[in-house]
Amino acid sequence: MTGVLRSEWTKLRSVRSTGWTLLTAVSLMIGFGVLLTAVSKDMGEEVGPADALMFSLSGSPFASLAVASLGVLVISGEYRTGMIRTTLLAVPGRLRMLTAKVAVFTAVAFAVSVVASFAAFLIGQAVLGDEGIALGDPGVLRAVAGSALLITASGVFGLALGTLIRHTPGAIVAAIALIFVLPQMTNMLPGEWGATVRDHFTTNAGDQITLAEVVGGQLGPWAGFGVYCLWIATALAAAAVLLRRRDA
Amino acid sequence: MINVRSLTKRYGSTVAVDGLSFEVRRGQVTGFLGPNGAGKSTTMRMILGLDRPSEGTALIDGTPYGELRNPLRKVGALLDAKAVHGGRRACDHLLCLAQSNGIPASRVTEVLALTGLTAVARRRVGGFSLGMSQRLGIAAALLGDPEILMFDEPVNGLDPEGIMWIRTLMRDLAAEGRAVFVSSHLMSEMAQTADHLVVIGRGRLIADTGVEEFIGRSSQAYVRVRAPRLPELARVLGGTGGTAGPVEVALHGDHLRVTGLGAEAVGETAAGAGLTLHELTPVSPSLEAAYMELTQESTEYAGARA
Repeated sequence: MTGVLRSEWTKLRSVRSTGWTLLTAVSLMIGFGVLLTAVSKDMGEEVGPADALMFSLSGSPFASLAVASLGVLVISGEYRTGMIRTTLLAVPGRLRMLTAKVAVFTAVAFAVSVVASFAAFLIGQAVLGDEGIALGDPGVLRAVAGSALLITASGVFGLALGTLIRHTPGAIVAAIALIFVLPQMTNMLPGEWGATVRDHFTTNAGDQITLAEVVGGQLGPWAGFGVYCLWIATALAAAAVLLRRRDA
Repeated sequence: MINVRSLTKRYGSTVAVDGLSFEVRRGQVTGFLGPNGAGKSTTMRMILGLDRPSEGTALIDGTPYGELRNPLRKVGALLDAKAVHGGRRACDHLLCLAQSNGIPASRVTEVLALTGLTAVARRRVGGFSLGMSQRLGIAAALLGDPEILMFDEPVNGLDPEGIMWIRTLMRDLAAEGRAVFVSSHLMSEMAQTADHLVVIGRGRLIADTGVEEFIGRSSQAYVRVRAPRLPELARVLGGTGGTAGPVEVALHGDHLRVTGLGAEAVGETAAGAGLTLHELTPVSPSLEAAYMELTQESTEYAGARA
């Protein structure tokens, strides 16, 4: 397995799209954080601790999409070019191949997300100056680390969707829909069941881990993130079954 | 050794490969021949575990490809030279394959040199010409120093120099005792390189034989005869008893085509009848002709005859 992991690392580092998408993710994360904190400070209104945290991490949905796109590309790029067949000739155990891909991608995505999240938080708080909060404040460290987890998980979601759909544009559209568009649309669902669907829908649940305190009625930070991981695990399991069954 | 038994692949109601059985042995080049759409690539993909057979088995030294540990050290395959990520450098492409099979990185440098790609090792493969891509694919196939090599239409689109290079390489690999299995839809190509032929049409086995036997089996060997008094000669020749099977004499414009009788016998018969000959030529069928004759029935899109 070590060899397969090293092989996937070589693949990931040797294409330019990896660097570009990760750089985009970091820029979006820090850029939005700085922009929102600077604008809110400029408005001269008092920024509360919850807002100070939220503003500085406001880039996380966009960083999530960038990392999810890379997740898609990691496998759909192989299908587009036909490289997948070469890959499967070298590693015919398809689950072994997928496991290695997920492991290497997760490690890289997490490393970058941690840097991006902490940088966005620290720069954001520096912009806010006196109104800024500290990592030591209650729930803050968990929220900032949680932002890194959320971005990484979204990346794995993209990888699962890429394996399922095998087609770059289709998988990226699916990722944008599931991570960004549909979660917001669930607000329009009526009644109690609508609220339940909304609270449990992908990033609506996952986002909870980036908040310092639980908003009334919502899932807790870890429960919410757990629900998001369940969505991803389901997509990944479906992808694994199809990967095994389909002709390459 | 590759051992294919009753291999079948169905796509819905279409049968792409139909109960195919054959073996590929070490120390020789086995040509896998058939018209386009005959099921050659599908068969190769099933042998390599990429496609799942509907029925039957394909074994590499008794083991399905999917269960081989470090398969690149056992089987090297080139299916599609363009099936590489264009954004990756040639050396990185080979390195990731080597790492996955526990092959030392130094071997990457070796196969790059072997295939003449050292100078472009750090170039991104998207910019490679077809000939260079083909060399890269062969470098990947040779990476694990495998005993079995499979090439799917390796000379397609190559210039004469590239074709010569691949032919020589395949001959050399077989001479080293490796099993070389190479597909083509061109008989003329196989005539130059193969020792043994597996011919398929519409997914079915048509012939599994040595190249010499394959030519010999064809009925198209004939003697071409030109003479001033053709009708008379035809009558005389038609009356002789053939050594093997019936003698057939057909008039083709200014000459006769005699089958079932050797050139010597034709000459002696004519001399016996006091007839002058202007030409007496034994014509052996080309491998191409033998192949055309065999696969005529099975081409997928046979042109309508006017």
